[in-house]
Amino acid sequence: MKSLEDLKKLRDEALKKMNVRYIKGGYRFQVGMGTCGIASGAREVLQGFLRELSARNITNVSVTQVGCMGECAYEPMAEIIDENGQSFVYCTINETMIKEIIESHLISHQPISKYLLTSRKG
Amino acid sequence: MLERNQVLICGGTGCMSSKSKEIKDTFENVLLNMGMKAEVGLVLTGCFGLCEKGPVVIIYPEETFYSHVTIDDVEVICHEHLLKGRPVERLMIKDPVDKKQIKNISQLKFYSKQKRIALRNCGNINPLDINEYIAKDGYMALAKVIKEMTPQEAIDEMIKSGLRGRGGGGFSTGKKWQFAKNSISDQKYVICNADEGDPGAFMDRAVLEGDPHSVLEAMAICGYAIGANQGYIYVRAEYPVAVERLKIAIEQARSYELLGKNIFGTEFSFDIDIRLGAGAFVCGEETALIASIEGYRGMPRLKPPFPAIKGLWGKPTNVNNVETFANVPVVFLKGAEWFKSIGTEKSSGTKVFALGGKIVNTGLVEVPMGTTLREVIYDIGGGIPNKRKFKAVQTGGPSGGCITEKDLDTPIEFENLTALGSMMGSGGMIIMDEDNCMVDVARFYLDFTVDESCGKCTPCREGTKQMKVILDRICEGHGTLTDIDELEKLAHMIQETSLCGLGQTAPNPVLSTLKHFRHEYEAHVIDKTCPAGVCRELTHFAIDDRCIGCTKCAKNCPTNAITGWPRQKHIIDLDLCIRCGACKKACPVGAISSVAIHEEKRV
Repeated sequence: MKSLEDLKKLRDEALKKMNVRYIKGGYRFQVGMGTCGIASGAREVLQGFLRELSARNITNVSVTQVGCMGECAYEPMAEIIDENGQSFVYCTINETMIKEIIESHLISHQPISKYLLTSRKG
Repeated sequence: MLERNQVLICGGTGCMSSKSKEIKDTFENVLLNMGMKAEVGLVLTGCFGLCEKGPVVIIYPEETFYSHVTIDDVEVICHEHLLKGRPVERLMIKDPVDKKQIKNISQLKFYSKQKRIALRNCGNINPLDINEYIAKDGYMALAKVIKEMTPQEAIDEMIKSGLRGRGGGGFSTGKKWQFAKNSISDQKYVICNADEGDPGAFMDRAVLEGDPHSVLEAMAICGYAIGANQGYIYVRAEYPVAVERLKIAIEQARSYELLGKNIFGTEFSFDIDIRLGAGAFVCGEETALIASIEGYRGMPRLKPPFPAIKGLWGKPTNVNNVETFANVPVVFLKGAEWFKSIGTEKSSGTKVFALGGKIVNTGLVEVPMGTTLREVIYDIGGGIPNKRKFKAVQTGGPSGGCITEKDLDTPIEFENLTALGSMMGSGGMIIMDEDNCMVDVARFYLDFTVDESCGKCTPCREGTKQMKVILDRICEGHGTLTDIDELEKLAHMIQETSLCGLGQTAPNPVLSTLKHFRHEYEAHVIDKTCPAGVCRELTHFAIDDRCIGCTKCAKNCPTNAITGWPRQKHIIDLDLCIRCGACKKACPVGAISSVAIHEEKRV
């Protein structure tokens, strides 16, 4: 370590790993992990979100598991709560949707209405 | 992969002794079996402070606080909380007041009233990983100081911050550095005093175990300021976990070139070694500590010359306590002005206290100076358990004195505590309730100093021993009123004539209990009774008219010394009674107490 810049670089790198302990605010991804959710693949969805987020180096997002969300027929479901506290519930999520949701909703702030529970239930 | 949850397990000595290491291993196994190892992080941290509730596990980002976790609970936490997102309510900490489960750390009053500076990283980072310390701006202060400040500017900043020695003396840290800097020598040393010896004080251990790098960083800053290139940490061998983590920390700092030659590419070189102390209380005194490092018997010598002039191996040496050092990086990170704004005019910053004795939340707390004792004991500490009445609080360990109910609203400050006849000391705070006999408490502390006196000077070696003999006599029921006067006289003499702080302060517990609880001493010698029912020979339990005849005392008595019909007053047969106090604890209406012999005959 020779300079302050080296130290700062190391700090920012290290902070990424610990972010989950300190992020307040930002986007929250809550994946329904009830028995129904797990049976229809919520584990894979949860891991998929984590994989995509870390591949894109996005850190201001917390991904958590929550209990059954009540609409078992539409599992796996995930609720996305944005910085303003507005919530969007995505349902019957699969691998390709994960990428789309992150790209469109998280990065370009465009919720994908066709995947939302409200529109699917009609 | 990005971690969605991090499980922080307390790895302080308190929780380690209740198997937190095994809990971590179990977590590791269970998570591995469930295939969640990559997405859930596991961290063994330093002390969270709430030792009473240990072993403690905190799960982020929800900040769920689980208390008294056992190995068997791990499986449930993994399956329910970490997989299905249903926090385990049974294990959540409960609010001591309304018994409601607390879902989030920020709701805990224990933490919300604290301000953590010295303990900022304890329970927050992994002490075995230098990267986590760096992530929390670690070594940033060191870089700033040696790159941007001259040694004198660094010292001026320290003086301006108003930081005072946290080991008990309360001397200005900046001024102490200045003295060492002013001494001209080819070689100077920095010593970290980690010989924490007060019974019941463990804040230094918590810092070393939970955040060892903060001490290393501060020592390097000090080395730069005074012109030293070598530091020693004098730590008790009884702190194996702290020693182990320090060793790892030093290795890591060396490998990152944060210790060693030409730090940050400058001319400044600094290295640190560990020296183990054999656990003698007197080695907390700086000249005795230096003698011990040099390989001599740990005995103090007369000052001056102060270590800043003539210290380790005759070279100028600066000795600071662990907690003092832990504050130093923050002073430079946030600035002296910020530090000065916390606390009071004369005592800036915070102080860590180790709460022990008769208190609900045994553990470590850090509060801004100026907080009152009442806030610490009742708001943070949760008050006295078992509906007992508060009697006194002992601050400063065996060198301090006790403070009673009427002075509880005094703001905590170096000067205030000294004015009350006690002292700040290193920060041990032992709370005593009505079941503590103050004569016995004084005897306990004196017993400690008699054992720990190094024997160099006569007043301390012989004087404390004689005081102990007198106290033994009083507790055994052979004391007279002359004994009390004799005790007082001896105490003042030892205070005035002892060589070092150990002897000068050893009589404090006796003097302060004599001042506030003289009536208890008198009860021992005149009435031949111990009002609290602690001194066995002087305890005569009797049941008074408040007795409701519930028979609980008789059921709990191990020798069947209590007789009486249900719903009628019970009687204790003192010939059978072994003075164990079980009946007193069992009584729901507080009808059992120790009375004077003549009164007891009347009853």
